[in-house]
Amino acid sequence: MTDARRIESSLSAQLGRMERARVVRHDAARLLDEHITLSHGSGGKSSHALIESVLMPAFRNPLLDSGADAAVFRSVAGAERIAMTTDSYVVSPLFFPGGDIGQLAVNGTINDLAVSGARPIGLSVGLILEEGLDMNVLRRVVASMARAACAAGVPIVTGDTKVVHRGKADQIFINTSGVGIIAAHSRLDMNAIQVGDVVLLSGFVGDHGMAVMLAREALELDADIVTDSAPLHELVARLLAAAPDTRVIKDPTRGGVASALNEIASRTRLAIRIEEERVPVRRPVRGACEILGLEPLHIANEGKLIAIVPREQANDALQALRGHALGEDAAIIGEVLEQPEAMVLLSTAVGGSRVLDMLVGDPLPRIC
Amino acid sequence: MRFVDEFREPGGIARLAAEIERLSHGQYVKIMEVCGGHTHAIYKHGLQDLLPANVELVHGPGCPVCVIPMGRIDDAISIARTPGVIFATYGDMMRVPSSSGSLLDAKAAGADVRFVYSPLDALTLARRNPDREVVFFAVGFETTAPSTAATLLRARDEGATNFTVFCNHVTIIPAIKAILDSPGMSLHGFIGPGHVSTIIGLEPFAFVARDYGLPIVVSGFEPADIMQSVVMLLRQRSEKHMRVENQYARVVRADGNRRALEMMGETMMLRPFFEWRGLGFISHSALALRQEFAGFDAEVRFPVPNVRVTDPKACQCGEVLKGAIKPWQCKVFGTACTPETPIGSCMVSPEGACAAYYNYGRYSLMRQGVPAGSPASST
Repeated sequence: MTDARRIESSLSAQLGRMERARVVRHDAARLLDEHITLSHGSGGKSSHALIESVLMPAFRNPLLDSGADAAVFRSVAGAERIAMTTDSYVVSPLFFPGGDIGQLAVNGTINDLAVSGARPIGLSVGLILEEGLDMNVLRRVVASMARAACAAGVPIVTGDTKVVHRGKADQIFINTSGVGIIAAHSRLDMNAIQVGDVVLLSGFVGDHGMAVMLAREALELDADIVTDSAPLHELVARLLAAAPDTRVIKDPTRGGVASALNEIASRTRLAIRIEEERVPVRRPVRGACEILGLEPLHIANEGKLIAIVPREQANDALQALRGHALGEDAAIIGEVLEQPEAMVLLSTAVGGSRVLDMLVGDPLPRIC
Repeated sequence: MRFVDEFREPGGIARLAAEIERLSHGQYVKIMEVCGGHTHAIYKHGLQDLLPANVELVHGPGCPVCVIPMGRIDDAISIARTPGVIFATYGDMMRVPSSSGSLLDAKAAGADVRFVYSPLDALTLARRNPDREVVFFAVGFETTAPSTAATLLRARDEGATNFTVFCNHVTIIPAIKAILDSPGMSLHGFIGPGHVSTIIGLEPFAFVARDYGLPIVVSGFEPADIMQSVVMLLRQRSEKHMRVENQYARVVRADGNRRALEMMGETMMLRPFFEWRGLGFISHSALALRQEFAGFDAEVRFPVPNVRVTDPKACQCGEVLKGAIKPWQCKVFGTACTPETPIGSCMVSPEGACAAYYNYGRYSLMRQGVPAGSPASST
């Protein structure tokens, strides 16, 4: 055996020992804790254990697995315009009929990109955890985020975790940011809205907000209402293909359809008239609204869009929405008028008419 | 939806509107809806659009949030700031301004103010927080007073020691009398309060026809209820036979709810006088806890400043509550006073006339050529 060979062999043995040690250390990093403690946010071993055993396996994808400090995207042909958005989720309770904070955090940010006409290509996740959080609760939320990201086909490419002292946060707060690519032919522009344009709504309103409200223990109402949380980017793509001159798309989340329409009216200084009878509202949502004295058009949605399209493309737009599972109950609910300036009006079912204003000072706890 | 859709069927409403037009014979008729729930429903459904121009609805004092004078909110905030207190209130009281901020502001500054849906929720809070004092901010007419009474009885039976009530319950009849007696009042009839009547029955309203010669119809809250009540009022006028009628017979019984009245009688008594926002001091118009319940009385257990605060000069809630002016005739309506930054209480509650006008009615004013918030538009 030459010297060189001897050195090589001993090196290889040494490398083998190092590898075994690494595996052992890796095993030691396995997460045994049942609750989140401050050390899970320390940046040390516990943090790594949490990331390696809870977060990475759930969100696994090449960009994330590279372990770099930033996700690096390949440039995409025709991607002249890039959209970026961020949103934080502090919903209480964490779990509610049909969904949870994790799914909401993924779909919500995807939808902010989608209604801007962007195809989402990656999400970041920032977790703020309260000391003492049950690890199983975290696992459930993370699994739900992974499922939602997978279902939407949008990877979670980077993330961060912090732990705060008990009482400084409410179990889990999630921030997600998203990046998307705007198709070269997209012409979404609120300023293009004209008198005579038509307002479309992709389905039943108020499901999400009412599901969360009823999940709170203070309200002892039983009703069969589940969140509508869903990713809208495919529905938007269909809509834009069928009605390329669509002026604007919005996802009516907090503040509901009324607030989204008021934003449009006040920005364009035009009027929007909605026919109350044409707005799809599920019976249990209507019933709960009657009991609680709420307006369905003020209740949050997490899987609906409103679109303003030129009248001549309205029918194509409606058919496109109805051809997708998330838009099968879509309806034309109103139109754009010149007067009264910057106002949304509602023609009531009994034949009267009134102002439909933004929601003011909701005394109920946060819902998304 | 059953029990809702039947009362919102457009064909039926149109028939009632035509009947109102016919019965009013083009004469000017001014009807006051006493209850804030009616004000809200009228604007929510746009019913004013369906009435002929000569039939005018004016809004009365029946909004419990609106009639609480500013000084009582100051008192409430002072209790809420007491160390160790959890102050439980209905949600819409949180935004009513006192002479310095609202309960919401007090909460932001550190007071433990929580909103509840019923006084029983407040009692539950007390049970769950044995080391804290829970004070319930009781407001409302005979509609909410029975649930406060039932809660007091339960608190007594449970032997609760950390639960008190800051009682601000008021009674509707003295307020109606005060409006009828106020000078320059020219009303032709009342839409009577449906929910209050489920408790007190019809007899207490008899004096309206007997002593003042005016018709009163106790009404439900759906569009068809209100339109039908207007028809019934006009019919009484045509027949010249003024009386109390019950349009809301599916809910209201002529003799009210005796058990609820008994519970109120057992726990509460009339105050010699009480201040109403806009209407001033009205004798025997409000309820306080009986001596036997002094242990549950926040006014006994806590030092209450009991200050009298005059309303902001610009605010004309008083005139609005008496139906003397329309909300948009107030100097600050829609400008300094909006639902986001209310100066007066009528802008706070969704049942308040100003908030109802602001939220729903601005468009009809604009159609009449009256810009919202215009002081020049006073009639």
